[in-house]
Amino acid sequence: MSLTAEGLTKEFIRETKNTNRFTAVDNVSLTLDSGELTVLMGRSGSGKTTLLNMLSGLLEPSSGRVSYDGRSLYEMSDKQLSRLRNKHFGVIPQGQTAIHSLSVMENIMLPFALYGEGGAEDESYARELMERLDILQLEGAKPAELSGGELRRMAIARAVIRKPPVIFADEPTGDLDDENTIAVFDFLKALAGEGAAVLVVTHENDAKPYADKLLTMSSGRLNECE
Amino acid sequence: MKSLAVKNLKGKPVRTAVLILLSALLTAAVFGASVIVSSLRTGLGSLENRLGADIMVVPYEATTQKKFENIVLQGATGYFYMDNKRAEQVMQTEGIKQASAQYFLASTSSSCCSVAVQIIGFDPETDFTITPWVKKSYGSQLKKYDVVVGNDLNAFVGDSIQFFGVECHVAAKLERTGTSFDTAAFTNTETIKELINTSVVKKMNSVGDVDPDNAVSCLMINVAEGYTPEQVVNDINLHVKKVKAIRSEELISGVSQSLDGVCEVIGIMIAAVWLLGLVILILAFTMSINERRKEFAVLRVIGASRAGLAGIVLKEACLSCLLGSVVGAGIGLLVIIPFNGFIEQLMGLPFLLPGAGELVKYILAALALSVISGALAAAVSALRVSRIDTGVILRGDN
Ligand SMILES: Nc1ncnc2c1ncn2[C@@H]1O[C@H](COP(=O)(O)OP(=O)(O)OP(=O)(O)O)[C@@H](O)[C@H]1O
Ligand SMILES: [Mg+2]
Repeated sequence: MSLTAEGLTKEFIRETKNTNRFTAVDNVSLTLDSGELTVLMGRSGSGKTTLLNMLSGLLEPSSGRVSYDGRSLYEMSDKQLSRLRNKHFGVIPQGQTAIHSLSVMENIMLPFALYGEGGAEDESYARELMERLDILQLEGAKPAELSGGELRRMAIARAVIRKPPVIFADEPTGDLDDENTIAVFDFLKALAGEGAAVLVVTHENDAKPYADKLLTMSSGRLNECE
Repeated sequence: MKSLAVKNLKGKPVRTAVLILLSALLTAAVFGASVIVSSLRTGLGSLENRLGADIMVVPYEATTQKKFENIVLQGATGYFYMDNKRAEQVMQTEGIKQASAQYFLASTSSSCCSVAVQIIGFDPETDFTITPWVKKSYGSQLKKYDVVVGNDLNAFVGDSIQFFGVECHVAAKLERTGTSFDTAAFTNTETIKELINTSVVKKMNSVGDVDPDNAVSCLMINVAEGYTPEQVVNDINLHVKKVKAIRSEELISGVSQSLDGVCEVIGIMIAAVWLLGLVILILAFTMSINERRKEFAVLRVIGASRAGLAGIVLKEACLSCLLGSVVGAGIGLLVIIPFNGFIEQLMGLPFLLPGAGELVKYILAALALSVISGALAAAVSALRVSRIDTGVILRGDN
């Protein structure tokens, strides 16, 4: 399994001095391999989220291609690509992403529920994940009752409930304290150890030791630091 | 995914209740109005079926009464009399095949009923308009003091009722007509004459300068073959003084015209209510979806297809509208069934509820209309949700 990007570029319409285009991601190529945790750092506005969205099949690039196991993502139908995201990609988006009418457990099981799947076994895996993320006691609670950090950990559990081969995390520790930040990185590292390809966008310098590969972005360009 | 729509609805009980209420009102209005229109049409049909006379002759003054048509056609309370001599003169007219006299008497003081009862006398020997209809409920001849009562009167076969202190005996009860005939009582000539006399003696009624023993209210006429009702009507009006002959069709057309008017108004109202409801539903769905744009973006992130998102929106809409329309149809029935007599009086038009089978059809149609309206109203939102730009919504709002 591998996810490869070649010449990914994303331009947005924006009035500037010379042109009306703004290049958020500029000709980026990279590969995510299973078993590896890749850390992507960079200043705010450098294009990290934009890149991650293109890699995870959520944002069509202006040019370039993303392929997963030899299949080009943006040549698939929306239905196929959606199903692929559902089963193979686990995305932890930036910000709060709870569905408010559902309990914590239902939120976590949502990737199954969306396709009418998921059984008792999957629920017990959900509990295992909650246990590891220290939110097991919140199983029946509604998102409105949770703290920012708890919501974030719920989103992490939801992203990995289907044991996806590729995991994208956009600042997963944004609102966590130091202790929980370490726990989350340990958790993601462990998933990589179990064979997942993990891409983490972060500002935390604490993340560096976890990185098998460290990338930085500035003004839409990617620099490999190793 | 259905369960997600259900959970979304349950998760926001207030918003869902508002949606349900909205579609309930919409359904109640549309369903109620169409049942009313249909009842009016059925009522008119039953009126036409029962009429059976080509021409009616009444004293000239009667035509100046406001509700005169309703008295003759639907058994509304009221009375007028002419001398039997006039009636006999009318019968001399060429081209008459059948003619039969009728007698009207309004009783505000019957022992049975709180409402005013119109007592209609007819001559079983010559009658051809009331008898066929009475026969459906009563096989034998009416004897003196026998009455046949309308369906809405609180009197039953075997009861006795008093009119102006005269004791009568209920021989039969008629089926419902949707007109004032439902609160009328029918007797033979002998009985009605005695009642008229008694009422005059007791000064509860006045026949004017007509001799009560020779008073006639109305003459029903069928035209012989080879003659048109117009010819006979013109002939009577030309040669007999102080009476007015009218073609039944002309009378009915008055009723059916006002019926058409009412139906048209109701139709326009239905359309307006429906349009208004649709606009409000569109707004309600748009608001409900806008509030949750981010949640839909999240669903997309975890693998919902564009069609899947649209499906959730549509299911939410259809479910709440279905629930709402069931409630609405219930409200409609609860209002119309108990109040149908009141509606009949209010509009002064024959009003006969359609049968159960027909009502079920109306309910199903109203449910379908409501669900379709919901889907239509939500279609706009569904389309917008399916085009949602996940990248934009989920970017950097931490
Ligand atoms: N949909 C869009 N339309 C216009 N400009 C956009 C759009 N999405 C992103 N941009 C621009 O592209 C640039 C990169 O944005 P992006 O969100 O990828 O940055 P980031 O590196 O994730 O920043 P942060 O660390 O603050 O999350 C920004 O300047 C942003 O304004
Ligand atoms: Mg970002």
